[in-house]
Amino acid sequence: MTDHKPECPIGGCEPPATIGGTRREFLGAATAAMATALTGCGTLSKEEFLQHNFRELSKQEVLDVIARLEKEYQAKYGREVKVANTPAIPGVIFGYALDLSRCIGCRRCVHACVKENNQSRDPEIQWIRVLQMDKEEGVNVQHADAYYNPEEVPQEGHFYMPVQCQQCKKPPCTKVCPVGATWRDKDGIVVVDYNWCIGCRYCMAACPYGARHFNWGEPHLPADEVNPKTHYLGNRPRPKGVVEKCTFCIQRTRNGQYPACVEICPTGSRKFGNLLDKDSEIRYILENKRVFKFKEDLNTQPNFFYFYGV
Amino acid sequence: MFTLRNFSGFLSGTLRLITKGGRLYYAWVGFLLLLIAIGAGAYIGQLKDGLIVTKMRDQVSWGFYIGNFTFLVGVAAAAIMLVIPAYIYDWEPIKEITILGEMLAISALIMCLGFVMVDIGRPDRFWHIIPLVGRLNWPQSMLAWDVIVLNLYLLLNWFVVTYLLFCAYTERHYVKKLVLPLVLLSIPMAVSIHTVTAYLYNGLAARPFWNSAILAPRFLASAFCSGPAILLILLQVLRKTTKLTIKDEAIFKVAELMAYTMGFNLFLTAAEAFKELYSGTEHMVYFQYLLFGLKGHTTLVPYAWASILCGLVAFILFLVPRTRTNWVTLNIGCVLIYASVYIEKGMGLIIPGLTPDVLGDIYVYRPSFTEIAVAAGIFAIGFLAFTLMLKAAVPMMLGEFTITKGRTPVEAPPQEI
Repeated sequence: MTDHKPECPIGGCEPPATIGGTRREFLGAATAAMATALTGCGTLSKEEFLQHNFRELSKQEVLDVIARLEKEYQAKYGREVKVANTPAIPGVIFGYALDLSRCIGCRRCVHACVKENNQSRDPEIQWIRVLQMDKEEGVNVQHADAYYNPEEVPQEGHFYMPVQCQQCKKPPCTKVCPVGATWRDKDGIVVVDYNWCIGCRYCMAACPYGARHFNWGEPHLPADEVNPKTHYLGNRPRPKGVVEKCTFCIQRTRNGQYPACVEICPTGSRKFGNLLDKDSEIRYILENKRVFKFKEDLNTQPNFFYFYGV
Repeated sequence: MFTLRNFSGFLSGTLRLITKGGRLYYAWVGFLLLLIAIGAGAYIGQLKDGLIVTKMRDQVSWGFYIGNFTFLVGVAAAAIMLVIPAYIYDWEPIKEITILGEMLAISALIMCLGFVMVDIGRPDRFWHIIPLVGRLNWPQSMLAWDVIVLNLYLLLNWFVVTYLLFCAYTERHYVKKLVLPLVLLSIPMAVSIHTVTAYLYNGLAARPFWNSAILAPRFLASAFCSGPAILLILLQVLRKTTKLTIKDEAIFKVAELMAYTMGFNLFLTAAEAFKELYSGTEHMVYFQYLLFGLKGHTTLVPYAWASILCGLVAFILFLVPRTRTNWVTLNIGCVLIYASVYIEKGMGLIIPGLTPDVLGDIYVYRPSFTEIAVAAGIFAIGFLAFTLMLKAAVPMMLGEFTITKGRTPVEAPPQEI
């Protein structure tokens, strides 16, 4: 929820009976009074409450929603925040590859991601978790340490494995969502409609990669740290009580840029590109390097690949 | 028209019955209202600050709320333990208490829905899950299935109970052609609510602790011990406080059935433990965390063993005819089996399913004060619903409150529950 002042709290000054129209609207309005009571009344606007699933909105409704969101963000952060709605580019399926032999575990990707994607700073939400693993054990999460904190990285006898959303071809998270608030878009990016998610966290239980994160408290994002270039399904500021995740920086990649983590990586461990493009670097890696998928046996079929470059 | 007028009389009569009672009745209702107020206060705090006031975090994203939900679905499903013998075998002594089982199911379902409601991050968007109004991801999501079967089962039980009581009130015999199919339908429905709830967890390949084929049978077996355990104690209380005649025979029969389900429950648990511990794959870590502790974290260990011990002792008490028919040992057995299943289905299922998390992180979860207060409030709502239903139902079942007698409440004897 945002801090903007609604013109009229639902169930308050306007009788719900006057909201005519479809059955859906009527039933929505009928439940509005209850919802207002539940949320403590005040910050929930009628438009926000009645907004339907993003995939069911007409073009005009999407524009209205975006205009409303931009107004809300303006009021909250005192600056202009653009919310894009860029659709998937035809003929593109994004793929990601990470060179385990190069990654040094510096975690610059983690922080660049937080900055780029407007994550809550307090409590801090991180979409990338870098695991320090024993070389002896190989890829075994039971021997992983996500809280390593030495003077210097890399540490002797260890290798580092960053884990983020694997943008599965068969995502268990979207399958279990009871309301269809999360889905795999045409370019292979698994997205969340933050205005439709009910916060049941079933997707988090289903995800084998710990890639989904919940806004347990009100997200705190200092106004001067807001990244104003956002996407509706990506890095726009999130409300409390919903799930969020890595979207391969949908706001950047759909405009032909690299994700923030790829751009920041000092060792060049991170590779990104179009899987359908035969001449892309990602295709070269898949065809010429030793590649593996994390938790392959679960048949989630990630579009995120780990490889050994050297 | 006649029926409609009678029904409004039935409703107002019910209202009259539940508002008038002895001192003990008022004290009990007052106590429950106090608990509900405390729970509501805690819940308002949670609405304001978000689920951060719980101890759940990304690693353990479900906790006490969902644990209680799972346990209570079992209690709701267990009502058929009474329906099966009563209607399938047409076994008379148990028939009067079937309606009590169904009321227990209704109360349990109210609590289940309450626990789901307090667990979701955006309760203001609950309408998204209502079929046709929202966007139910059916048939893909097991949670969507759960919403449907739980509500259907609630409606079914609510209808049957209301209908039977209304017939008792109007001094007519119920239409067997209507009731029997519904009661028979409630049997597979009861199985389905607990099966679907098991499938909620069962279907997640990411969580090996839950991803076992015998999870649903285990759910049913444990539910068929814990649900009747509550009823057995309740029936004894009712015998003492009301004029309901419940024969010893009926109670002992249910206790005998419980002995079989308990044995089966223990066997299934052992089968699961054997598979994990003997094969010793990396999936064993969850069992290890539950039973022995992992990397120095032993929070669940005492609970896990207490649950196993309680289950074993209760099984012996119910298995031996002499202890099964002795009121002291029978009641001890009921409390033990209840405790055993509550620990096992609550914390013992959800927490080790999520700990260590999918990336090997061990986050030690213990419910916060808010979670406990909210849970107490929901339990109080369930108990209150059951108390009120019982308060109205008992005089109707006894024929003390009917359409002819209902108008002269002066003659009605004081009811204390």
